[in-house]
Amino acid sequence: MTELQEVTVDQYRHLVSERALSGETMLLNMGPQHPSTHGVLRLLLELDGEIVINCIPDVGYLHTGIEKNMEAKTYQKAEVMTDRLDYMNTMGNNLAYVMAVEKLVDLDVPERALVLRVILTELQRIASHLVWLGTSGLDLAAMSMFLYCFREREQILDIFELVSGQRMMTTYFRPGGLWRDVPVEFEAAVRDFIKIFPKRVDEYESLLTKNPLFLDRMLGIGKLDAATALSHSVTGPMLRASGVNWDLRKARPYMGYEQYDFNVPTHTEGDTYARYLVRIQEMRESLKIVVQALNKLPFGPVRSDNRKFVPPPRSEIGVSMEALIHHFKLWTEGFPAPQASIYSAVESPRGELGVFLEGDGGPKPYRVHMRTPSFDNLSVLPKIVKGHLVADLVAILSSTDIVLGDIDR
Amino acid sequence: MDAKLEPIVKALQAEFGGEIEEFRGEAHCFVQPEQIVAALTLLRDRHQFELLSAQTAVDYWPQMSPRFHVIYQLTSLAQNLSVQLRVPLNGDNPTVPTATGVYDSANWRERELLDMFGIQCEGHPDPRRILNPDDSEGHPLRKDYPLGYEEPQFTFNFEEIDLRKPYAKE
Repeated sequence: MTELQEVTVDQYRHLVSERALSGETMLLNMGPQHPSTHGVLRLLLELDGEIVINCIPDVGYLHTGIEKNMEAKTYQKAEVMTDRLDYMNTMGNNLAYVMAVEKLVDLDVPERALVLRVILTELQRIASHLVWLGTSGLDLAAMSMFLYCFREREQILDIFELVSGQRMMTTYFRPGGLWRDVPVEFEAAVRDFIKIFPKRVDEYESLLTKNPLFLDRMLGIGKLDAATALSHSVTGPMLRASGVNWDLRKARPYMGYEQYDFNVPTHTEGDTYARYLVRIQEMRESLKIVVQALNKLPFGPVRSDNRKFVPPPRSEIGVSMEALIHHFKLWTEGFPAPQASIYSAVESPRGELGVFLEGDGGPKPYRVHMRTPSFDNLSVLPKIVKGHLVADLVAILSSTDIVLGDIDR
Repeated sequence: MDAKLEPIVKALQAEFGGEIEEFRGEAHCFVQPEQIVAALTLLRDRHQFELLSAQTAVDYWPQMSPRFHVIYQLTSLAQNLSVQLRVPLNGDNPTVPTATGVYDSANWRERELLDMFGIQCEGHPDPRRILNPDDSEGHPLRKDYPLGYEEPQFTFNFEEIDLRKPYAKE
């Protein structure tokens, strides 16, 4: 057994009120094993009775040095690390990373791959929102929400397994396209999901949206105004619930998002309930995009034929000398990227997921920085929980929809 | 470069000097460390760059001057523009004035800079490590910090390696 260490409040002297130092208010640890912190997050709370006076988030329990590890891998191999960032949004992380690489080396992607990427990332957005809805229902003691939401999420993960062989750590998007084309069962599986899902969202809403117990817990708590949100770089549904209509899919369309007809749900209240409404409506909008994308899915290749960056198909290797050389070079050495830096961002279910990528002329990234939305969305938490009850803190925390893997990297 | 971005970058250059790099439509403006707060305030107040999208650094070790570039990625929602500021820092005592007075999100990001690169942010209200434990040594994202590995144990040398392996024993 290691000896117990005595901890003093000295370290937090500048963050707590005077009354904490005299012992008038209580300092309480919430987490890192608390079930409602959605991962390993520790909140140091200063409490006056049951009222939160100060909240000091302590992150880093899940820090795995992903950015450092990526510097030691080639551009293709570094991609598997991105799955592990925000494990609720693996397809979206892959997309953000491959888009950054494609921008850095200037690589085109065939149309079919773009449409498939849109379908899969939108399905991932729905799956991520379902996990949020289920777990935040669970936090408010609505156990059935959790079971219903995970039932539908399972169906989406089955589609991911169908296309990539993996339910969560997909690594399905590759620089220049996709790993391989989707199997023939793909379309039917997505159509099945499209058929049942609108009714299921209605079902969730019938359980929660007008439920008086739910409204009592959600209305008017955790208010975040637009100016504070922007100053804290809060993005995604949290920003849109505070009345700022900013969605990268609309503002800076990528992957051909300009071709799809969808709305960006925005609410002005900025409270926990508004964030709930934005996410519920986003699920419906995402489904609209999936339907449109599936209807227009063109035939054709799913990988760029630029052999300097994308390995040739297996069938060519046996008959073509160049194909063999390209295959060998790409898998032993990797492809070089210019000595320059780019920043590219996508709209993840949580907000702006940006990748800062700097190359040094070699096959490995010189520096990768993942600008992860949960990091900033959590940094605003101390401001919005002040003056609320501990029970409300649970509701507010779940409404921020953080993923600790995304924060700690 | 975007036509709307060009006058902003020109104004920035007129005020603070510094060169401008352009790559794939992105503008990277170099600013001296003592002028960064003024540059951020100018961009936020006069050109509506409301969002500090990202703040990070790059280490160019063994090159010592400048060894670091601190990067500020700014986004304007109103004009739908992005601009990047780069602040070169010397290696021996990397210090940059804090941006927390301009953007609140700089608070945690500068704690990350301190933690990962050892870049001090002058005037920061809460200078603690953020991701690594308080008692950890070194700054992992510096290029002179080794990646590290674990020695693989096989049946023939399991106990020998177990003796010197640094993990918590009873």
